[in-house]
Amino acid sequence: MPKVKFDFLESTCVPLPFENVDTDQIIPARFLSATSREGFGNNLFRDWRYLKTGEKNSDFILNNPKFSGKVLVAGKNFGSGSSREHAVWAIFDYGFRAVVSSFFADIFMNNSLNNGLLPVVISEELLIKLQCLIQKNPATKVKIDLEKQIFTIIPTGDSVRFGINPYKKECLLKGLDDIDFLLSMKSLITGYENNKNLVK
Amino acid sequence: MVHSIEDGPDILYIDRHYIHEVTSPQAFIGLKERGIPVFRPGKTIATADHNIPTKDQHLQIMDELSRNQVERLSENCSKYGIELFGLNHPKNGIVHVIGPELGYTLPGMTIVCGDSHTSTHGAFGTIAFGIGTSEVEMVLATQCILQPKPKKMRITVNGNLHKGVTSKDIIMYIISEISTGGATGYFVEFSGSAIKSLSMEARMTICNMSIEMGARGGLIAPDETTFDYLRKLPSIPGIDDLESSVNQWKNLKSDPHASFDHELEFDAGLIKPMITYGTNPGMGMAIDGSIPMAEDKNKEASSSYLKSLEYMGLKPGMKLLGHPIDYVFIGSCTNGRIEDFRAFAQIIRGRKKAANITALIVPGSKKVEEQMASEGLIEVLKNAGFEVRQPGCSSCLAMNEDKIPQGKYTVSTSNRNFEGRQGPGARTLLASPFTAAAAAITGKISDPREFITEEKNVKI
Repeated sequence: MPKVKFDFLESTCVPLPFENVDTDQIIPARFLSATSREGFGNNLFRDWRYLKTGEKNSDFILNNPKFSGKVLVAGKNFGSGSSREHAVWAIFDYGFRAVVSSFFADIFMNNSLNNGLLPVVISEELLIKLQCLIQKNPATKVKIDLEKQIFTIIPTGDSVRFGINPYKKECLLKGLDDIDFLLSMKSLITGYENNKNLVK
Repeated sequence: MVHSIEDGPDILYIDRHYIHEVTSPQAFIGLKERGIPVFRPGKTIATADHNIPTKDQHLQIMDELSRNQVERLSENCSKYGIELFGLNHPKNGIVHVIGPELGYTLPGMTIVCGDSHTSTHGAFGTIAFGIGTSEVEMVLATQCILQPKPKKMRITVNGNLHKGVTSKDIIMYIISEISTGGATGYFVEFSGSAIKSLSMEARMTICNMSIEMGARGGLIAPDETTFDYLRKLPSIPGIDDLESSVNQWKNLKSDPHASFDHELEFDAGLIKPMITYGTNPGMGMAIDGSIPMAEDKNKEASSSYLKSLEYMGLKPGMKLLGHPIDYVFIGSCTNGRIEDFRAFAQIIRGRKKAANITALIVPGSKKVEEQMASEGLIEVLKNAGFEVRQPGCSSCLAMNEDKIPQGKYTVSTSNRNFEGRQGPGARTLLASPFTAAAAAITGKISDPREFITEEKNVKI
């Protein structure tokens, strides 16, 4: 697992104002045949990004040169469906470091946190406001301070606190790894197994 | 639970870990890079199912990347001492079909797999849920996973199901009522008389699709139906005295005064055969219904809704009955078990496949395939003009050749109607095996109730 740190980010955003974007859209199943974690960014949102002819779909936001940045501002229920971590690898590999939505699917949320991609949950009202702001002015910047857990829309000064599990926050701030942590708990784990007679 | 971290997730011990070729290779690379072994190889079971062909499985896999993934799985299993029911193994099949049928899924277990439909195993009263590849690596390395405690929801379904209405229709009805994100953040217990009356196969269909309403997992308390299913298995690995285990498993039920963070109740008598019309499983309706209008939605929801219908080539207010279709797919971890093929064959028996239909009939496992042959179902299907393929995930996610072409409509017994799920541009209409059978013989969306007599009603 890559030890990716996240502490602070100030960036413009890419808006994707659709609800229920599932991980099949983020990375279609036919691109899951790789055995490494690298290179999935090329196929991020593949079937929205490219036309059937293989040319870039100029209507899709990622192909619009006006919009760029390290923050993807997604619609409600982002990352639903398949548990494929490839979806997070693709978003990260493309260059995003945070995804903002009013709610995320559970597995996607866990996968993001395990790969240094910060999921930021804000209210639906603020999310819609942010989407409109970016559409009107693609230079709109946001600021994410993980230590303080504060998300700010810079031009309007809207500033809200977002939630994150304190353990996961610590891992992201310090670049700690879950497996190293679990390996350090080995004696507790074997104690549990012995107690329950789990290893026969 | 091994340990609870202050202000953090719990360390959850995993009793059973299933792996497959697509979401495990990067986890094994992680182990190699760390130079550590698989901690408890005996607790992991592997199969190749997601990308394998469903024809000529004895030949080399044509697609190089898929072949590479399947070969990596074999190598990793042999290197680390993990039991593999790989391609061409007599017990091969879809991970969520073979786990239960081989007796590896047992009440009270914690079960994970790098696949969101791991919730299927909850039908046995297990805590079963899908995980990402980083978590697969955690389990391989330590047999544990870090998990925040989910909220609890109970969904009670009481009453009697009408003829032609199946477990698939129950779960599709619930998802259409609460939406595709309606249970996000929750673990769901299904209860009530309609649920209790279902077979294990039907219960698996319900729990399988709990992820489609966003739930972390779904479960049903084990009862005599569960224990009878286990009693009929030829063997259960690791269990010498089944009845003594059964006595313990009888305690696995919610306390009568248990409190839930959210409770929902549905009347089974109100449920009709269901079909989806959009691009997420929450966009479902009764088969004789009309596609809802967009007016009652906010702007963002409305644009997503219309975009979805545009993809499907459908319009608000349309009825689907009579709409021509091109493909039928029966199979997957949702409806790829023996009962599903019995139901499908019940409608097919004595009838013929419609000329305009291409059917993909894919058993969930070798064992299901054998059972279909021994019960004469393959014969029934052949006589009606259908071909039965070899087991695998197949067209459910179309990682192999079983893709639905651009713009074509398919009535599918699988679990997801996402854009492109069954192939780029494919238009999926999710439904039960009965509804798939009715479509397969008429060539259009048809009400399965017209083909089922009361006395011949197979309950699935």
